[in-house]
Amino acid sequence: MTVQAHPDSSHEEHHPRLQHHFETMEQQHEASQLGMWLFLVTEILFFGALFLAYAFYRWLYYDAFIAASHHQNILLGGINTAVLIFSSLTVAMSVYYSQTNRRKGLIVMLILTMVLGLAFLGIKAVEYHEHFEHHLFPGPNFQLPDAPGLAAQAQMFYVLYFFMTGLHAFHMIIGLGIYTWLLIRAMKGEFSSVYYAPIEIGGLYWHFVDIVWIFLFPMLYLIGRHY
Amino acid sequence: MTTAVLDPNHPLESPRKNYLNREYGVLSWLLTRDHKRIAILYIVSITLMFFVGGLFAVLMRLELLTPQGDLMTSDTYNKMFTLHGVVMIFFFLIPGIPAVLGNFLLPIQIGAKDLAFPRLNLLSWYLFMIGAIGTFVVVMLGGLDTGWTFYTPYSTQYSNTHVTLVTLGAFITGFSSILTGLNFMVTVHRMRAPGLTWFRMPLFIWALYGTSIIQILATPVLAIALLLLAAERVLRVGIFDPSIGGDPVLYQHLFWFYSHPAVYIMILPAMGVVSEVIAAFSRKRVFGYTFVAYSSLGIALLGFLVWAHHMFVAGISVYSALIFSFLSMFVAVPSAIKVFNWTFTLYKGSVSFQTPMLYALGFIGLFAIGGVTGLFLAALGLDIHVHDTYFIVAHFHYVMVGGVVMAYFAGIHFWWPKITGRMYPEWWGRLAALIVFLGFNLAFFPQFLLGYLGMPRRYHVYVPEFQVLNVMSSAGASVLGVGYLLPLVYFIWSLKFGPKAGPNPWGAVGLEWTIASPPPTENFHETPAVRWEAYDYNAFEEAQRDRAGTP
Repeated sequence: MTVQAHPDSSHEEHHPRLQHHFETMEQQHEASQLGMWLFLVTEILFFGALFLAYAFYRWLYYDAFIAASHHQNILLGGINTAVLIFSSLTVAMSVYYSQTNRRKGLIVMLILTMVLGLAFLGIKAVEYHEHFEHHLFPGPNFQLPDAPGLAAQAQMFYVLYFFMTGLHAFHMIIGLGIYTWLLIRAMKGEFSSVYYAPIEIGGLYWHFVDIVWIFLFPMLYLIGRHY
Repeated sequence: MTTAVLDPNHPLESPRKNYLNREYGVLSWLLTRDHKRIAILYIVSITLMFFVGGLFAVLMRLELLTPQGDLMTSDTYNKMFTLHGVVMIFFFLIPGIPAVLGNFLLPIQIGAKDLAFPRLNLLSWYLFMIGAIGTFVVVMLGGLDTGWTFYTPYSTQYSNTHVTLVTLGAFITGFSSILTGLNFMVTVHRMRAPGLTWFRMPLFIWALYGTSIIQILATPVLAIALLLLAAERVLRVGIFDPSIGGDPVLYQHLFWFYSHPAVYIMILPAMGVVSEVIAAFSRKRVFGYTFVAYSSLGIALLGFLVWAHHMFVAGISVYSALIFSFLSMFVAVPSAIKVFNWTFTLYKGSVSFQTPMLYALGFIGLFAIGGVTGLFLAALGLDIHVHDTYFIVAHFHYVMVGGVVMAYFAGIHFWWPKITGRMYPEWWGRLAALIVFLGFNLAFFPQFLLGYLGMPRRYHVYVPEFQVLNVMSSAGASVLGVGYLLPLVYFIWSLKFGPKAGPNPWGAVGLEWTIASPPPTENFHETPAVRWEAYDYNAFEEAQRDRAGTP
């Protein structure tokens, strides 16, 4: 869309957050929004290569992938899914509160989001710990006692599992960093209905990381289970 | 030399402060957010990388003067061609035109004050430098010998050079490329001047837009492939490891899913530069403007569907080979549209042969040869015959050096007056262009013959029958080297002694020619309004006269 010129913008009020190279707050907001969407496109491709590898090896080593997914802790995975879905709600609320100038609500929602994010990482750590104890970490100590013949191929499942969930957890940690920064700025009262782009694009990022998990959970926990 | 077409009393002549002299000191450069200054940072670092990469090529061509290995061992030679490839591809060809000319010109050509995300733009340069310095560290530590493709399992299990460090360097540089593409795309979408509709944009912008699509969609896949490779090498577990049932060919798929489109990251901006130069020196609208614009997008999209033509002998199925062969021929269509349209633009134009035009015409000829030999290689039978021979080496050097580097030089000469405010010496420019063209052909045409006769690539020894052609190639490489050093000398000379260039030394059409040379930091004092179609000389000059008449 073409930007409207403001040839006589000098008498217009300049928001302190308007950067010098933009004409209006609206243009600046739309630019940062589009930037975040494009970044998320690159993220889809980033995870996409791993999804391709998963699809390929699942097709190649079907039985081993079924056997391996029976070692997943479906309860903890399920709780984590719920935690993330709930955090998506708090993120959406944080955007709503910033748009409607309610600073206290915004701060509460940002804190809640971070608490939920930390809870997810804590539960994930418990799961990782279980995998280590059961010798499910890929490498020389890898064991699959119920189906030793499939161990080598099941190891491929766990390579993908640790890589994909690890990369996802890394994105969660980045997200927590972003939310810390947003929280500090929110407490300083920098956001308002005119300027809430950081809350919105931070939210886009958080939602994206949630959606990745929504795909990872069935792939790594559920679809092998009903056989 | 053409003279400025603008009114000599134009208020934009010789402003006292411009982007170069507004601030001084190292920090004013290292912390700048001005897209023009960042372009200068890139130009310095990329020129350095170009000559470092060239040095490895010189050593290779020296070794290949004689059939036996008398300058270096095969191990050293492996490192030479690997480092030549890594440096030239990741640190010169891919960032070259977008990061230097794109950074400088994209905001100006669309009438914006800067890119949408200036801080991100600076971050891109720092990421680029981290990758580049990482590669230098690897050279100091003893190099890398996997080839620039890092094929598994060689790179994961057998090579005992610094694979991890180089892949991490390429990973980081990849993010520099992604962020540049993202920045360009948002800027084109959100910051065009009033009146500048999509089909009034210069073709260079269309080309950069196509490039950005590829950078955004393809580079993350390379990033993850390299991350998996590094994880496999460090942790000894990984999805390309055959001992746990992994498939090395998967690596090739992921690698070429990026690296084939990456050749369009290199060539598309080059085509954009050539469109601008051809239009300027024929004084005509580019023939079939819309087709040339769409063909940039066509190349960007088709480029994603052909990657497995690098893998015809890697054990892929006959059917997929057939499909990829067919699609690879298809990608020639949009490229040919461009070549035909440039040629038609010349027809009945007022053609003048300044240095940028000489490079652009060289580009058309050499790119045509590189492109047509690409069709040979897309044909399954012939590809198997010449696979991994010097025919391939000659083919991609015709496209990459004959194409991209020629266009880079065309662009640097064309916009040098805008970037620095000074003219380069025209006679020396034409001489260097001629030397580059002759040296290039002498260096690489014999390699087509060598490859067709069966000389494999990546060996430092060969049978004595091939010596004559190899000596020709090495001789051509040294001529080419002289051709590349000359501009370095006269460009530096012109910074101090070159005649002052007016705002529009070529009489070309475009927003960048409506502002002072060098431009002021904010580019435009007031947001310009575009009232002319792309390359419409009459409407553009009329608009300029109107503006000069009404202060």
